Amino acid sequence: MTFFAKTLGTVAALALSAGAALADPALIYDLGGKFDKSFNEAAFNGAEKFVADTGGSYRDIEIQSEAQREQALRRFAENGFNPIVTTGFAIASIMGEVAKDYPDTKFVNVDGWLPEVPENVLLINFQEHQGSYLVGMMAAMASESGKVGFIGGMDIPLIRHFGCGYAQGAKAVNPDIEIIANMTGTTPTAWNDPVKGSELANAQISQGADVIYAAAGGTGVGVLQTAADEGILSIGVDSNQNHLHPGKVLTSMLKRVDVAVYEAMKAGEGLETGKFMTLGLAEDGVGYALDDNNAPLVSDDMKMAVDAARQQIIDGGLNVVAYYDNDSCPVLDF
Amino acid sequence: MDLDTLIQIGGSTIRLSTPLLLACLAGLFSERSGVIDIGLEGKMLIAAFFSAAFAFSTGSVWIGMLAGIAASMALSGLHGLASITFRGNQLISGVALNFLASGVTVLIAQVWFGQGGRTPSLMQGGRFEPITLPFAEALRGVPVLGPIYADMISGHSFLVYVALLAVPLTWWTLYRTRFGLRLRAVGEAPEAVDTAGVSVTGLRYSSLVITGVLCGLAGAYLATGLQAGFVREMSAGRGYIALAALIFAKWRPWYALFACLLFGFLQALSLRPDVVESVVSTTIPVQVMDALPYILTVVILAGFVGKAIPPRAGGEPYVKER
Repeated sequence: MTFFAKTLGTVAALALSAGAALADPALIYDLGGKFDKSFNEAAFNGAEKFVADTGGSYRDIEIQSEAQREQALRRFAENGFNPIVTTGFAIASIMGEVAKDYPDTKFVNVDGWLPEVPENVLLINFQEHQGSYLVGMMAAMASESGKVGFIGGMDIPLIRHFGCGYAQGAKAVNPDIEIIANMTGTTPTAWNDPVKGSELANAQISQGADVIYAAAGGTGVGVLQTAADEGILSIGVDSNQNHLHPGKVLTSMLKRVDVAVYEAMKAGEGLETGKFMTLGLAEDGVGYALDDNNAPLVSDDMKMAVDAARQQIIDGGLNVVAYYDNDSCPVLDF
Repeated sequence: MDLDTLIQIGGSTIRLSTPLLLACLAGLFSERSGVIDIGLEGKMLIAAFFSAAFAFSTGSVWIGMLAGIAASMALSGLHGLASITFRGNQLISGVALNFLASGVTVLIAQVWFGQGGRTPSLMQGGRFEPITLPFAEALRGVPVLGPIYADMISGHSFLVYVALLAVPLTWWTLYRTRFGLRLRAVGEAPEAVDTAGVSVTGLRYSSLVITGVLCGLAGAYLATGLQAGFVREMSAGRGYIALAALIFAKWRPWYALFACLLFGFLQALSLRPDVVESVVSTTIPVQVMDALPYILTVVILAGFVGKAIPPRAGGEPYVKER
């Protein structure tokens, strides 16, 4: 960081601390965009809830390229927004750098990881494997063929983490169950290729899968569509996607990014930072969706078994192995 | 590996090849007339969006398809304007159109539907339904060939058969009509065509019109045949694979069919790692399968398997007099 920018930052901070008594929060979306029906949209919903509940206001930006990340962070920090909430793991490292230049501003990131967390940074992570474990159980219970499918987006550890929890849940219900796992691709186009998602779903159906879990962003739209067309069940991800094909989507694995964003904005300048925060089943950070659209599909037995497992995971009686622990999954090869 | 698996992979191959084939033939017309078209991707994308948007608002897949073709032709016209009339660089114009399509589709979708750059899911009537070919059920009992006909060849949407029919039609147009002869000539030696008193500009524009129609069909197939709606960037690089297929096919229609079927087959195979594993009894990374079309194209370009010689006047704007 240059001396010039530091001076600028200090001047801006001074000017603003004199002017604005109460700072507004700001929100920076990841490249997927604000309305991705999934991860970023959940963040947007959390921010809107903050506005509705507190009457406050916030600023947000949808970045269009990698290079805009640092620019957006600095602009918000220099204009006195506090806290600054960001989504997606990709912005975390640059945020760690920028945060050092603005010690009075608080920074929050969802999904990110840093080797050292600066004093004014909060990193929020979700235990996706726990939520995936629950929907895996439901998939195994709903399956009649003894084969369930998993379709991931881009082949990255985070997506394997989803798949691994899912496989463990399915195996817990039926140890003989076969899990057919595919990744859409290895480049970012894998998040937006519904055509390939459809063909993958067709391929899995021909291998006998009758419940398919899609953790694949826009590609998942194709998976859910084909599953509905072919008369099998699918499972949505991140946001509640049950309404996309009522009666055809078994459930959705919820990742409550909205809650995380809401809480961070509500805490405002009093936010506790300098640490990792992990949201799992116990904090309602992850879970499964149950609403009118899928109520007929979820039997009482299914619900009881899943809720029991949920309680066990919270109590510590049941340990779902995270893919990150040793970069491999005990029950599934990718 | 049994017959059912083969039929599944075969069906998947046909579905995945169709957009490639339509785009590849589109590129063939344009490049044979001497206009390099790297913007196939963008045309497909914009056609996918407009076909889905109009199919949703009107409830008719046919109106959607026409809207998709119109949008694709508009981009084609723009490409013609930039590279034929104003003699701009054809590669740059094509790349610009790809960026334009990528941005414009999401922008209009957001303003129109407010669903984050998507169209709502299409219901019945807004999608191309599978067509059962005649005698499919009656012939199902015939061993081997019956199921192949009934499950692999039959049961695709209308546009698949259009794409397959477009191959002989393209061949006939290029090699058996006066227009085709002139089209091929204008891609090799435009000055000769000009000397003979035939308009180079007119020929190139008309081939771009055909390109627009074929790309429009490819886009409509993606959004309303394979899928039930538009998702941003849904063409996912198929326009570029089609260009690779075009080089692989050495700018010839029948070869284009086989190149696209081969590339489609490789894509279909990469969806079934279990089959690949059982055949070669070792694990091949999916990435290798995905990269194969490009590797094959490089092999062709390097001259290992015959030579791919592009139309001689490709990429050169025609200047009548200096």
